[in-house]
Parts: sequence; structure tokens; C-alpha cells
Amino acid sequence: MSENQMNGAEALIQSLEKIGIEIMFGLPGGSAIPLFDALYKVRRKMKFVLVRHEQGAAHEADGYARATGKPAAVLVTSGPGATNTVTGIMTAYMDSVPMVVVTGQSVRGMLGKDAFQEADVFNLTMPIVKHSYLVRSANDIPRIVKEAYHIATTGRPGPVLIDVPKDVGTEACTVGLEAEMNLPGYKPEPKGYGPETIRQIAEALAKSRRPVIIAGHGAVLSRAENELRQLAETLDAPVATTLLGKGVFPDSHRLSLQGLGMHGTAFANRAVVECDLMISVGARLDDRILGVPGEFCKNAVKIHIDIDAAEFGKLVKPDIRCRGDAKAVLQDLLPLLKRGDTADWLKRIEGFKKKWPMGYAKKGGLHPPQVIDALNKLTGGKAIMATDVGQHQMWAWQFYHCDKPWQFISSGGAGTMGFGLPAAIGAQFGRPGETVIAIVGDGGFQMTMNELATAAIHKLPVKIILMNNHYLGMVRQWQDMFYDERYSGVDLEGNPDFVDLAKAYGILGLNLKRAADIPKVLKKALEHPGPALVNVEVVHHEEVYPMVPPGKPLEETVLCHPRRKPGRPAGRKNSRPAKAGAKNA
Amino acid sequence: MNKDISAHNLSIYVANRPGALARIAQTFSRRGFNIESLVVSPGATGDFSRMTITAKGDEAGLEQIIMQCSKLVDVLACREHTDEEVVARELVLVKVAVDSGHRGEVLQIADHFHAKTVDLSEKSIVLEATGSSEKLDAMVDLLRKFKIIELVRTGKVIMARGERET
Ligand SMILES: Cc1ncc(C[n+]2csc(CCOP(=O)(O)OP(=O)(O)O)c2C)c(N)n1
Ligand SMILES: [Mg+2]
Repeated sequence: MSENQMNGAEALIQSLEKIGIEIMFGLPGGSAIPLFDALYKVRRKMKFVLVRHEQGAAHEADGYARATGKPAAVLVTSGPGATNTVTGIMTAYMDSVPMVVVTGQSVRGMLGKDAFQEADVFNLTMPIVKHSYLVRSANDIPRIVKEAYHIATTGRPGPVLIDVPKDVGTEACTVGLEAEMNLPGYKPEPKGYGPETIRQIAEALAKSRRPVIIAGHGAVLSRAENELRQLAETLDAPVATTLLGKGVFPDSHRLSLQGLGMHGTAFANRAVVECDLMISVGARLDDRILGVPGEFCKNAVKIHIDIDAAEFGKLVKPDIRCRGDAKAVLQDLLPLLKRGDTADWLKRIEGFKKKWPMGYAKKGGLHPPQVIDALNKLTGGKAIMATDVGQHQMWAWQFYHCDKPWQFISSGGAGTMGFGLPAAIGAQFGRPGETVIAIVGDGGFQMTMNELATAAIHKLPVKIILMNNHYLGMVRQWQDMFYDERYSGVDLEGNPDFVDLAKAYGILGLNLKRAADIPKVLKKALEHPGPALVNVEVVHHEEVYPMVPPGKPLEETVLCHPRRKPGRPAGRKNSRPAKAGAKNA
Repeated sequence: MNKDISAHNLSIYVANRPGALARIAQTFSRRGFNIESLVVSPGATGDFSRMTITAKGDEAGLEQIIMQCSKLVDVLACREHTDEEVVARELVLVKVAVDSGHRGEVLQIADHFHAKTVDLSEKSIVLEATGSSEKLDAMVDLLRKFKIIELVRTGKVIMARGERET
């Protein structure tokens, strides 16, 4: 190879830079050494972040994308390096997050021969990627990178994987970086609808007296927040957001119902039960928000706007389906709308809000919602919130109020424990000037806490708020409510001293044990210029409410649990949860 | 299981790329559809393949599968066709044991179905027949009263009639 000729690995790194990838998270290994060598030699602006576990790399790329709207790349080695990213790829896939994952692979001649660290990553990841490539020739690389980026970021976004055999990386790439895409079957179609569909929607909306708008991640991804607001204000219709839609409609808006579904507000769920029309803007209407699919909005007109036609009728059969980008659809729809006649409906909803306000216990120890509420006040609802998965996630969703999209980062579809800290790290890389808070549980945090190293090394000022209830709390809650308190495999005895752990990484560690100290300790963490971890010793037994029990319709939203003492020993008999259902309205 | 489970003809036009078949097969298996027959052949132009799939499952599941297949990056088109909309053909090779006096009878059946004798030995006869799957079923059923040693069918291929696209 002549001096200025590039090899496949160099073509890959340069193509990623050229296409606009700004940051890459990863960890090397034998098969990926040519790729890392290229990184060393030809990288210019693109940042590389060395992680401590490849799962962290994928979640960091994910958090970066969810905070900025821009995809990041992941670069790992073959075999175990690649399989360690699988959870992260699946998490991104379930939540439609763009990502380009590059995995090293054994040399071409060894494929299928159980070579050292050979894993068939192409086939292994097939059901959890939007698309994937096994590169067979270095000359294909510029085209493949361009296609991968295009596929990851257009239509319904998602992760794309590029598996690069080691000898493809070292082979000469003689075609230059300019490449034509060749994707005859790819049809993201931002406008897969006609004027007739828009007219039908407008007519249905004009007839409705009790409309409800549901906004999801699609509305965020298409940057439709302004159009969504106009839709709501023109129709005078209340808006409920999904977990991933949080912030796309301001939580503080008079028309906001906040979240809906399993742990949504009772007033949102009740509004959905009583509506005569439901219009979903970029929500896929999954089982966590439907209650019972067949019962969901049974007597209401259902309008479903989604960029992915495969979402129509998956669980809910829509009366009007409209395939398109949420922003484009709403822009076409808005001029046809008349002012909504919903005064009675809004009055009724005000009644729901008064009757079933969101609240939480304040006495008898520290309660996670209290801490979230304090964070909300201290940050003015402006922080970027990344959560892990469990009870703390639901409380963060319920009690942190966001008025902007791209602000609340949470693993919804996959519910991946271990997501919170790396996602926060990725978000902080993407938005360096802003406050990024990771709300994590003691269980999930311990799955990826090795990424404390990444936060420390890069001096990322992420604030880790660890809700330490010494339990896999969400599972314990289910065992409490539905399995007669048979606590099986949920006691996190032997938790480390998290403050000492933070200190070991050179991170500020603080304990928070008394309600009276909440503002003081949180302020100290927030004002600290570097990363900080607050170990919050919360009550061990507390349930997330409202809750729609699994397999129950939204009518049966359970409001609260009878009050009882925290720290109650496991196994004691206890009365069943009170079904103060919104049903009895 | 469900009563409304019936066989469906699907035709998929797909870019000829590694993994395309696996992605399509996964789409079916994940949703509990059993593929009865699958024929992959080159399309009219080089870089594309035509897949003809016969699969059993319920209507709602089928709609999901068509949408999920259509969404695959390599898939240009995925359509369902009723039997009336298409010409459908299948080819069968069947090896029948004909030890003593049965040969004449077997040949009579072959003749009735316009099957050809493509191999003949002292103890066996291999017939080749083309036609609709139902016609082949009928022939094979009649041959069952003799000893069928081996049976190979290509699976159904279909083409839309007239101006319609397959
Ligand atoms: C990787 C993974 N394993 C298991 C689960 C199942 N799960 C959901 S929530 C939960 C408990 C989480 O405990 P913790 O992180 O302490 O949060 P808490 O619910 O106590 O706030 C578990 C085990 C999961 N979601 N992800
Ligand atoms: Mg916990």
C-alpha cells in the first residue's frame, strides 16, 4: 500500500467523521486493533471515549442521541466485546434511538470456523437492529457507512450495526470516500398519507367534544413540539404524554395531563377512559399505556399518526391511520382545524385533577418522590434527567416536571436496568453546559457503575442521585401487591458503601438520610463542579402509585396503598392494597 | 388453536443481499407463522430476488407480517395474493415403488395428471408433474396406495395475472 492510500479501517473512521459522527464510545480488542489504529492515525475532530464495559458504550451513545437528536457511534471488538453491546443495542432499538455500532470481526477466511473471539454478531443482533452489514470488501466501506447513517437517522430511527472483519480493515480501500447509496428497498416516507386522510382527521376532530391527545417519542423525534402545542391549544384538548414523550408537551401547561398508563396520573387515565376521541401523535400505544388493549378507548374514535406503518393495529385498531412524520402531518392538519368546543370536558378534567392529585408521603423517613420534587424545584425543571429502571424511574417521571423535549431520558420499551448512569454520561457529553442528573436505584446502578470511571476521567459533572431502598424495589412492589409478599430474590443485602465507592473514583460522595437535609445536600451536589453521587437512604418499603395492575384496564387505576410503617420485616401478613379506583368516580 | 388459520400466498421482492432471507424468516417465526413453502429465485433483473412464501396463520398476524416485511431495508415490496389473482404452479418429483404388476396402474395415474416418467428402474419409477398445488396433492394422494419411496416438491410459485404486479 502506498503512503497516502487508505485501508478499510481508515476509510471507516474517515467516513464516520465525514458523515457527521461527533463522538464514539468503545473499547478495543484483537479484531478491532486495525480500527483503533485508524482512530489513532486519521481521527481529527471526532471524540473517542474509552468505556469500562461495552454495554456502557452503547448506553452512552444512546444517551447522547436522546439528549441531542444526533447519533453517536460505538466501536468494540469481536465476540464478547460485541455481545456486551447487545443489551444496549436492543435498548436503542426498542426506543427508536439512532446509533451506529461498529464491531470488529475475525478475518474473513476464519468466519464460521469458531475462530478465537468469533461470534456471528450479524445474525445474533438481527432482530434488534434496524439494519446491519457484514462488510466483505474494504471498497464497500464508504458506501456502507453512508447508508448506515442514513438508515439510522431517517424514518423511524434505530441502531445500525457494521461488522468489520479484521482483514477488511487492513485491506486497501481504493474507491475514495465519496460514495453513492444503494438502498432500493428503503422507504422511510415522511409523507405516506394523502389530503383525504388529513380531511378525515379534521372532520373527526371537529365532531369531538371530549378529545384526548397522546404524544409519544415520535413527536419528540420529529421535533413537533410547536405543532403539538398548536394542536392542543386550537382544539382546547388535553394532552397526555408517554414515558418517552415527556416534555414534548409542557408538563406545566394548563392542558397537560402529564403521563398516562401503568404509573400515569389518575386524571390522565380517567380522561383516556372517558374521551370520545383519542389522537396519538407518535406514540406506539404499547401495553404499558393501554391497560387491556381491547378495552383501550373502546368507544372512542381512534386516530393513529405514526411514521412506521407496522405500528397500526399492532395492539389497537385505529379508525384512522395516518402514516407520516408527526411534524409534517400536524403542519398539514392545523390549517383545517376549528376551535374545539370542549369547555365542559375541560371542566370535568379539572374535577379529576382536584379529586386525584399527584401526591406523596412526607412523614416517617425519606421518600423518593420528596427528593425528586426537591430536585425539580432546585433545578427549575430544567435539568436533563436520565433515569435507570425501577420505582425511582417512575417517581422521576411523575414528579420531575419537564417543559421541553430531549430532556427526559429513560429506557422505556426495553426497561433496561443499568441504563441510567451511562445514558447520563452520554447526555452530558452531548450537552456539556447543562445540568445532567442520573436518577438511579441501588440495583440498576450496580449493573453499570463501572462507568463512574468515565465520568471521573472526563470530569463530567453528572449528578447521580441514588435512591437506595436496599431492594429491587419495583419487583418487590409486584411481589407485595400480587404475590402475597413473597419477597423472592429482591433483597439487596450487602450493598457497598456508595459514598466510599464514589470517593474511590475521585467523585464527590454524599449521604442523604434525613428529610430536613434534602435541600442542603442536593444543593451541594448540584453546585459541585465535577461529578457527584448522593446516596439517598430512602424508606425500604414504598410503592409507586397510581398503578394500573397488569392485565387490568385503565378504569382500574389503583390510587394508593394503606399507610404503614416503613422498614416492616419481610413476610408479615398485610392487608391487600386499597382499590380506591378511579372507577368509582 | 385459532379456526381462521388459513394458508396465504405472499410474494416478496427483495434486494439480493446477505441476510435478507434470514430477516424475512425471522419476521415470520417471531409471530408464530409457520412457513409451508418458500421459493427463492432470481428476479427479472440481476440484483433482486423473488420470494414466494406460503404460510399459515390468522389475518391480523398476516397484516403485521406484511407490514414488518415491507419495513425491512432490503425489501422493495411484500404483497399477499389470493388464489384467484394469480397463476400458481408447483412441480413435484415422486418416486414410487413398482415391484410387480403395479407399473401399468401407476402409469395410468401419471397419464391422467399429465405427469412425465423421468426415471424408470426395475423396482421404481420417478414421475414429474407440474400444476396447481391442489392438482399435485390429488395425484400424490392417489399414488399413496402404492409405496411412495421419496417425494420432493418445489413449493408454490405465483405470478399475478394481467397488468397487476406480483
Ligand atoms: C437488566 C434487567 N434485569 C432485570 C430487570 C427487572 N427489573 C425491573 S425493575 C427491577 C428492580 C430495580 O431495582 P433498583 O435498581 O434498586 O430500583 P428500585 O425499583 O428499587 O427503585 C428489576 C429487577 C430489568 N428491568 N432489567
Ligand atoms: Mg432499589
